[in-house]
Amino acid sequence: MAVFEKRRLWLAVLAALALAFPLLVTNGYYLHMMTISFIWMIAVYGLNLFAGYTGYLSLAHAGFFAVGAYTLGILTVKVGLPFWWAFVLSCAFTSLLGLVIGLVALRTKEHFFAIYTLCVGYIIYLVIDKWDSLTGGVRGFIGIPAPGDIGPLSFQTPVAQYYLVLFFLLAVMFVMYRLVDSLTGRTYIAIRNSEELALTLGISTMKNKLASFVLSVFFTSLAGALYASFIRFLGPDIAYVTVMFDFLTYLLVGGIGTLAGPVVGTLLITFLSQQLQFLQDYRMLIFGPVLTLLIIFYPHGIAGGFIRYQAKRAEVRRLEQRANRTAAELAASRQGRSERHVEEG
Amino acid sequence: MELFIQQLLNGLTVGSVYSLVALGLTLVYGILHIPNFAHGALYMMGGYVTLTAMSQAGLPYGLAIVVSMVAVGLLGVLMERLVFYPLRDAPPLHDKIAAIGILLFLEAFAQYVWGADYQTMPTPYGNVITVFGLTLTVQRILIIASTVVIMILLYLFLKKTFIGASIIAMAQSREGANLVGINTNKVAMMTFLLSGGLAALAASLASPINLVFPGMGHLVILKAFVIIILGGMGSIPGAIVGGYILGFSESLGATYVSNDYKDIIAFVILVIILTVKPNGLFAKEGH
Repeated sequence: MAVFEKRRLWLAVLAALALAFPLLVTNGYYLHMMTISFIWMIAVYGLNLFAGYTGYLSLAHAGFFAVGAYTLGILTVKVGLPFWWAFVLSCAFTSLLGLVIGLVALRTKEHFFAIYTLCVGYIIYLVIDKWDSLTGGVRGFIGIPAPGDIGPLSFQTPVAQYYLVLFFLLAVMFVMYRLVDSLTGRTYIAIRNSEELALTLGISTMKNKLASFVLSVFFTSLAGALYASFIRFLGPDIAYVTVMFDFLTYLLVGGIGTLAGPVVGTLLITFLSQQLQFLQDYRMLIFGPVLTLLIIFYPHGIAGGFIRYQAKRAEVRRLEQRANRTAAELAASRQGRSERHVEEG
Repeated sequence: MELFIQQLLNGLTVGSVYSLVALGLTLVYGILHIPNFAHGALYMMGGYVTLTAMSQAGLPYGLAIVVSMVAVGLLGVLMERLVFYPLRDAPPLHDKIAAIGILLFLEAFAQYVWGADYQTMPTPYGNVITVFGLTLTVQRILIIASTVVIMILLYLFLKKTFIGASIIAMAQSREGANLVGINTNKVAMMTFLLSGGLAALAASLASPINLVFPGMGHLVILKAFVIIILGGMGSIPGAIVGGYILGFSESLGATYVSNDYKDIIAFVILVIILTVKPNGLFAKEGH
């Protein structure tokens, strides 16, 4: 129980820090970086739900991110819908697309699923790149409005946008937190650990996989829509495989299949990338081997490794306590026996 | 009609290149069950090594290709030793992610060493000939001819030599091969050597009619995956036939449907196949 209390305290401290961030750091550039990394985190949570908890590697998520972003752009600029209507509709549309693709893609397994989704991602990229009249093609898509006002709330300033993105991030984290601790979350983990076993237990794996996939697509499209309204310019590159690999790196460094992983990994990598700015185009010279070495030697990432370390320490402590107790009992009984000896003697 | 035949010939050229790439991919998948996402990076490295061997060391085209095949083959072996071998018992998610890491590294490496610019590869076989009103460059004929020769050599190697037989044995059952005294480590390295060599050959042959750049492996590797699913994962004849089917459908699709969307054709084919047969065409029953 104490562990949970401690975890809640940590979460509260972190949330307070995130809330106070714009007050502590007035540098606009850092605020911008922070907002962007929050957006990545939401997308990575989407990927984490499906790859980390359900155990399927979807390589189409950069595509869904881009669909979310472009749908928002098209609905606001070309159709002229009010911002929040477009926002809701773009998430709904992308989730629907995810449902259709998931229905087909999830019939495939393991390697086939990865290859299938890689190709789906590529189709999305090519469609965005080639469909000039709708998406602006390689020239990109401009003129996306900032988030519209909600009652008295206005999101025109960077600080207000920061809080908006933070709000969505916290909401996603809350949903993930509740989901993973629920029976549904346990079902996903059961599927990850052994799909056949889950089937034997009477779990409808297809229905659960589909639900997990659609929810993960929803998170990712939410991130995409936020990205579009924050950067306000879109290029086909955001659907490209490199974005997908960025998400994967964030997730793996942080810890795949952990709740803290996306936050830890994204913050660390974005921070490192800032320090390695001179590498920009060559950052993969470092991240590529890091990704590979991590998966060989440290597949649980930072958060996963930490959880394991804690579990091990708790186990060691428990064993020690038991050993101490037995030793004490042994000593006590020996003492009792020797006393009896004395009496008998 | 002439246009049609011209496009068939183009399809034959493109299909030859695809088949070579898909052969390497299918060998590794069939024998080691690794979907090597980094295979496209080997293809790209092949193009650059050949180019460098020609421009820096001044080697003739043919010799540069051989150098490149050996170098990239060894790179493949290194990949197997350093990455896939330690991961042989890990969950399937892991080797896919590791392969993606290698892919990213090799691409950034190429960009670092050779720059991001598109480069052209000179070829001594650039002259154009006309046969029955069809125009052809000698390079295209060379691509088709050398692919056929390599395929025959590969077939003979697998069927007639002892190493080839042990490779096939391992494809059938890793434990079984181990039991009868085959050194599975050696076979795994040999497979990666072959796979890298084939990728380098394909890149060196295709580069004079395309271009050399860090991202040149992306589309090719995706199409190679489509091909080996089309031809049955791990099947060698499947990879060859699949490569030509894709080559033809692309060159005909580019002419008669839309040039812009010709790259989508491959993926649409794949999506249709996996929609109908989730375990790929010609999937073996059971596991």
